[in-house]
Amino acid sequence: MIGETRTACVTNDYRDILRLKAEDLSCIKQDRTLFESFSLQVYAGELFHLTGPNGAGKTSLLRLLVGLSEPDCGVVTVTNTLHAADQQPNTVDYPLLYLGHKLGLNKYLSSVENLAYWASIHGIATSQEQLYALLARFNLVGLEDVPSGQLSAGQQRRVSLARTQLLRANVWILDEPFTSLDIAGVTFIQGLVDDFVSQGGAVLMTSHQALQSRLPVKTVALEYRL
Amino acid sequence: MFNWLHPYAKTERAYALCNTLLPYFFVTAVVGLLVGFIWGLAFAPSDYQQGDSFRIIYIHVPSAILSMSTYVAMAIAGFVGLVWQWKTAYMSMIAIAPVGAILTFISLFTGAAWGKPMWGTWWIWDARLTAQLILFFLYLGVLALYGAFSDKTQAGKSAAIMALVGVINIPIIHYSVEWWNTLHQGATITKFGKPSIAPSMLWPLLISIAGMVGLIGTLVMMNLKNQILRRELHRPWVIALLQKTENR
Amino acid sequence: MKSVNPLTSIIKRDLVLAYRQKSELLQPLLFFVMVITLFPLGIGPGPETLQKVGPGVIWVAAILSALLGMDKLFRDDFNDGSLEQLQLAHVSLSWAMFAKVFVHWCGSFLPLLLISPLLALFLNLTPAMYWALIQTLALGTPLLSLIGAIAVALTVGLQRGGVLLSLLLIPVFIPLLIFATSAVDSAAMGLNYAPQLAIIGAMLCFAVAITPFAISYAIRVSHH
Repeated sequence: MIGETRTACVTNDYRDILRLKAEDLSCIKQDRTLFESFSLQVYAGELFHLTGPNGAGKTSLLRLLVGLSEPDCGVVTVTNTLHAADQQPNTVDYPLLYLGHKLGLNKYLSSVENLAYWASIHGIATSQEQLYALLARFNLVGLEDVPSGQLSAGQQRRVSLARTQLLRANVWILDEPFTSLDIAGVTFIQGLVDDFVSQGGAVLMTSHQALQSRLPVKTVALEYRL
Repeated sequence: MFNWLHPYAKTERAYALCNTLLPYFFVTAVVGLLVGFIWGLAFAPSDYQQGDSFRIIYIHVPSAILSMSTYVAMAIAGFVGLVWQWKTAYMSMIAIAPVGAILTFISLFTGAAWGKPMWGTWWIWDARLTAQLILFFLYLGVLALYGAFSDKTQAGKSAAIMALVGVINIPIIHYSVEWWNTLHQGATITKFGKPSIAPSMLWPLLISIAGMVGLIGTLVMMNLKNQILRRELHRPWVIALLQKTENR
Repeated sequence: MKSVNPLTSIIKRDLVLAYRQKSELLQPLLFFVMVITLFPLGIGPGPETLQKVGPGVIWVAAILSALLGMDKLFRDDFNDGSLEQLQLAHVSLSWAMFAKVFVHWCGSFLPLLLISPLLALFLNLTPAMYWALIQTLALGTPLLSLIGAIAVALTVGLQRGGVLLSLLLIPVFIPLLIFATSAVDSAAMGLNYAPQLAIIGAMLCFAVAITPFAISYAIRVSHH
């Protein structure tokens, strides 16, 4: 396992801002040690690709980082500083945005209802027009009011990923965002990720394919341990 | 406040503590139970009303009294685990649970066996019996919940929450059942009555209770040692320990 | 920007969902009615017998149907990941859980309260008994929901939590059963049943204060 540290070759001022720091994390699941003394620092403007075979603990690691579960040992620090580039207060709604393997879409609610609900529990008001426009960007025209359970797996994934555009976060943590997306979808999502990173965001994502990013990708590999 | 306990959050230290305490509990158990039972069963005078059948109290009363304290001990262990996030606390909790459940079962069984000559029936819905039965169910619930999870940390936390729900409920259950019982049958059974027990009967009883405490302690310690070893199987100290016993 | 209240939107969403899955709501209710129909068939139609066992039968059936319907409380949200998103949102998870339990109670126990006059007829309850019964149901069923939700939250991650849920909850519900049926019995004898109601009310207050924290903690454990 390699916990990569930052390479110091960046110029933009926001890039010195530490967004997420994991120190000495250990995770034991079902009496198997998934990883031990794992450390990671995520700075603004970095794109991390977390790789590893099935069962290596990628999802467990992401869940630890966002605080859905507690590490058996170690500390996760989320720094909630603002973008240094634009000194306005409240430019960020949330420090972290986590989209997991489970999509978080209720199958009886339509895409619009699901997104509006999700935004509202995050304290963000949305309008119908805004959501329709957003879903159109994600190539879901005409499917806005269909119950999510009737959408295809790839379409559901798109609805889920549309959330990245609903709130402003410092770091996106995406667990297998490309699952069941078609090629155009993968390119589109990768484009969103790249845009976000180049605007000073940071992204930590898992994917079984290599990332086709135009930005430098830092790879963190987890090994499968017995 | 809990500084003196803190080192035992480490499993290795807890294991060592078990080893230290085990002989004391064991000796208490053997001496207490042997003396208490022999005295109680063979030498104590028989009851003028109940004859020799009352002698079952030397098993029944210790198990009945201690079954509830054992539940409280289990819940406290669970609470410590939840608050301070100690693995050993969950392990102790789940080491206590089966011992407590069996204790409750023994008290129910001996209660029923005592009821047969006294009340002429194996089971009546006596307040104490009913409350004890519910306690037994609560124990089973905690054990079943723990067993249902394959991740034992999660299992420990869940079982601890359920044990706490139970411990809040125990007094409510106890009083509600007592009240329900008096409501429905009037105070018919006061055989347990206020202690009009002769010292010659009381002493062996107290010694049996002490012996039962020792027995519970012994079983819990042994169970806890097993729990620790099973959970920490891949830790260096356990491997070293295993090698040492193999070489012997 | 217009601010939104997360709790209202949770309540609104759950109400919409309840409305869209009407059949799910109907099943425990039908179960409740059918269990109660079984009793006259099983123990004979004598009006006096029925009147004697009626309150107990209704309460036991209510507990059983609660156990049946409760299983669904968090399951969908857990399986599709909505619950973990809720946990990550900056809304108090305890309040959110309280809101969800409240909506669940509205969906599963309010209909039961509404249908209870029919059951009172079936079981030959006197008006005084019926009045006491409806009060105990109104105070007691929220208690069922709140305490039940703890166990539901604990077992939500398990594949087959249904039977386990009953095993965990039935002993815990016993005091409620005792006080509720005894209130109705007292009413039948023309006695004052305010004490029993007060005890149930006290238990409810205590549960309202404590259980939301326990439920949200249990949810966190399930997400571990």
